[in-house]
Amino acid sequence: MKYVGESLQRVDSYKKVTGSATFVSDVKLARMLYAQVKRSPYPHAKILNIDISEAVKLPGVKCVITGEDYKKRGGLYLEDRNFLAVGTAKYCGEAVAAVAAETLDIAEAAVELIKVDYEELPAVTNAIDGMKPDAPLIHPDLGSYKVIPIFFPQPGTNISHHYKLRKGDVDSAFSTADFVTEHSFFIPHIQHVPIEPHAAIALYESDGRMTVWASCQSPYAVRQALSASFDIPLNKIRVISQAVGGGFGSKAGTTLEGIVIPLAKRCQGRPVKLVYTREDEFENAYVRQGLHATIKTGIRKDGKIVALKNRFIWDGGAYTEYGVNIVKAAGYASPGPYDVDNIWTDSYCVYTNHPVGGPYRGFGMCEIHFAIEQNIDIVAKETSISEVEIRRINGLRKGGITGQGEKMIVSGYHDCLETVLKEIEYDKPCVNTSPVKLRGKGIAACWKAPSMPTDVASSAIIRMNEDGTFFLMVSAMDIGQGSDTVLTQIAAEVLDVPPENITIRTGDTDHTPYEWQTVASRTTYCAGNAVKLAAEDLKSKVIELAQIKMCAYKRELEFQNGFVVNKMHPENRVPIQTFALGLTLPDGSGVGGPAIGVGTFVVPNNMNADKYTGMGEHPVAFWTIGFNGAEVEVDTETGLIKVLKMVSCFDPGKVINPLTYQGQVEGAMVQAMGTVLWEELKLKDGHILNKNFVDYKIATAYDIPELIVKVAENAELTGPYGARGIGEPVMVPGAPAIANAVANAIGCRFTRMPITPDDVLNALKGKNKK
Amino acid sequence: MKYKVSFFVNEEPVELYVPANMTLLYVLRDMLNLTGAKDGCSAGECGACTVIMDGKPVNGCLVLAPELDGKHITTVEGLSKNGKLSPLQEAFIAHAALQCGFCTPGFLMTATALLDEDPHPTREQIMKGISGNLCRCTGYKSIIEAIEDVASHYEGGKRI
Repeated sequence: MKYVGESLQRVDSYKKVTGSATFVSDVKLARMLYAQVKRSPYPHAKILNIDISEAVKLPGVKCVITGEDYKKRGGLYLEDRNFLAVGTAKYCGEAVAAVAAETLDIAEAAVELIKVDYEELPAVTNAIDGMKPDAPLIHPDLGSYKVIPIFFPQPGTNISHHYKLRKGDVDSAFSTADFVTEHSFFIPHIQHVPIEPHAAIALYESDGRMTVWASCQSPYAVRQALSASFDIPLNKIRVISQAVGGGFGSKAGTTLEGIVIPLAKRCQGRPVKLVYTREDEFENAYVRQGLHATIKTGIRKDGKIVALKNRFIWDGGAYTEYGVNIVKAAGYASPGPYDVDNIWTDSYCVYTNHPVGGPYRGFGMCEIHFAIEQNIDIVAKETSISEVEIRRINGLRKGGITGQGEKMIVSGYHDCLETVLKEIEYDKPCVNTSPVKLRGKGIAACWKAPSMPTDVASSAIIRMNEDGTFFLMVSAMDIGQGSDTVLTQIAAEVLDVPPENITIRTGDTDHTPYEWQTVASRTTYCAGNAVKLAAEDLKSKVIELAQIKMCAYKRELEFQNGFVVNKMHPENRVPIQTFALGLTLPDGSGVGGPAIGVGTFVVPNNMNADKYTGMGEHPVAFWTIGFNGAEVEVDTETGLIKVLKMVSCFDPGKVINPLTYQGQVEGAMVQAMGTVLWEELKLKDGHILNKNFVDYKIATAYDIPELIVKVAENAELTGPYGARGIGEPVMVPGAPAIANAVANAIGCRFTRMPITPDDVLNALKGKNKK
Repeated sequence: MKYKVSFFVNEEPVELYVPANMTLLYVLRDMLNLTGAKDGCSAGECGACTVIMDGKPVNGCLVLAPELDGKHITTVEGLSKNGKLSPLQEAFIAHAALQCGFCTPGFLMTATALLDEDPHPTREQIMKGISGNLCRCTGYKSIIEAIEDVASHYEGGKRI
């Protein structure tokens, strides 16, 4: 192959190094108004009265709205959410009113003038407490909410979804096991921390058209949500997403767009802009849900895991319209990449008065694998079988059966395991450089499937220009992961033209074709397939015409280097642009018309799993499997953990671009390291205590370890050139690999992340007492 | 109360009346329409707004506009000359030392100032030197390597 598999420079890099890439916060429109939001200071409170009379009087204020003005609920999977609180505020920081004004200063001053009377209500600040029968109800009307019927809310409780996976006979299997052991883990809330805070602008024009500029991963999903919430027909609402400054899931749903639209509706002809502050970003964008996980494992003396019983309790926050699907994904992936015959999993999504939980890179997998992969190491220790052997024995092989009962057609588990063991030199003991600084190595596996409805669609359009260059149009968004580059490479490969002859255009629902969402590590696979089909469609149409021009059969012709070439007689060739506007016949008549290729894609034979057992024939598009290895040094005097080295080996099916692949993997390892060492949204009685970068530390350049990136390519049969998705999976095993390395270094197990210096010192104290 | 300030941005003279509470970042973004410097936190913690002021990298969000009188400011828009990218810009492209691109202008400015001060820093010095700039996408390795590449192949702005 000529372009697929090559380290092409990113097609978006020139504009990004010159500062000319336009993010929503950079957009300035004539007569623009600025929005600000009044937020609840309480985690749970009844709104008794909102007095906006003083705010509207302030010169420069154009309009003030409250939840009472827009009562319609919305949501992706469960319609439980209002963009502005209606009746009660359900988390600290929830929007209760919003202002549009001539300047940001005026908008801020107006917000101060809005007076809200609250009656504080008892708050749920722990998911386990929230499940108790006497817990305060956060959504008393849950029974009346519209829900996609693959989710099961339990009205009268705070449980918005109870997912069940039931495979085999768990109770009998436990009775045959030689060892039965149970362990619990806790993963707190963290935040995505895209460096670009969320931003949106809405403009409502007199002809009833609404245009929204949104920093979003999924313009079509945003369009759908806004259309439904505000009763705007889809042909009257246009969502434009330009450069997106990192998403990691936080820009997958609809957040602040729902605030600027109602403001814009009342300020016809005036664009209304809202940009989140960093504090807003921590509090009012999505956060990663918290998780309490318990895993019971039944294992035989020979190392075979015979039964698993999992209980996942998710802290979904105040609204779980998106979060219910994370709970489902975690449920069906609950055994991890292991071939286990008997599985019983309950995964509960629980409302709390915490910030809204939503999709975060990995979609539940980072959280559950922190438990699953530490559990494997713990079980290994308890049964005196090595943690490597347990993985070799139970890891999913080609032909193995997943937790949902699907046969694995391809699996890179063992290839990745052996590569990581070799790269981290797992069999060689660590050499300590000081008696108080102890080193250890750890490994962890992971798997992830795109958690998306089975029938979601992608499309692409490619147009040839008169000079043989192309415009490729998709609505998959490059949020940094490199999709613009990879999709261009796929089109270039099919058309056999240099990638620089193809300009990709994305993110405009009036002009670029439908894409469900840029999430789930599905873009290279789904949008990639659509692009490949579009390019093939164009090629086929051009060759149809070339038959006439070149007096040859279609089967004899192909695209080569910008020419249609007769394969048997390569000297017989015609530049592709000859057919850009169709073909002109000798008599002057034209046939064919402009060369446009269309590609549409849905995952073939992807069917819903059984609602009650989770079992299915082909319930997910594909599984991406891989491993991380880590070496750490723990300072036993200060408790500080230094990660020295991380190794990644995944099975991406086919790497379309090694340069961008490496970037995704390195970034993911460092992000994972940050989560296990430092990151936690500190919540006290529903209030976030660390809404800034001083108190919420993410990794800096000074913290990074040596990073090694390897691949084991086993082609995905339905993937474009064999590729499957990797952006999220590559983050998943980092945290448990480091936790396992820490345990191996100092002999203490940490079942909660992050592993802080205090935790380390306390654990060492406890160990020395014994 | 507005203050009159005269200063240079990317070698061009600028004269403005600025409010006392406005920051350099918003002078650039709102008054001069130079949006390359980004607002990631408004608190000097993320480095996305880094520009060079009189040879030193500064957080644009922490410099008050009235302080600008007589200063020389370089922004990312001033790095390339007549369409020719600077060696660091070239290296960021070659190493794919960017993903979403929001932090990239800040990194380029910090790195430019770093190499202006010491054209041949060690890897450790580079890691420390850019640790005030946050990136959530790349994991930093490609950024460090792009800077190292320039440090080892350039002398006085010329490729060696």
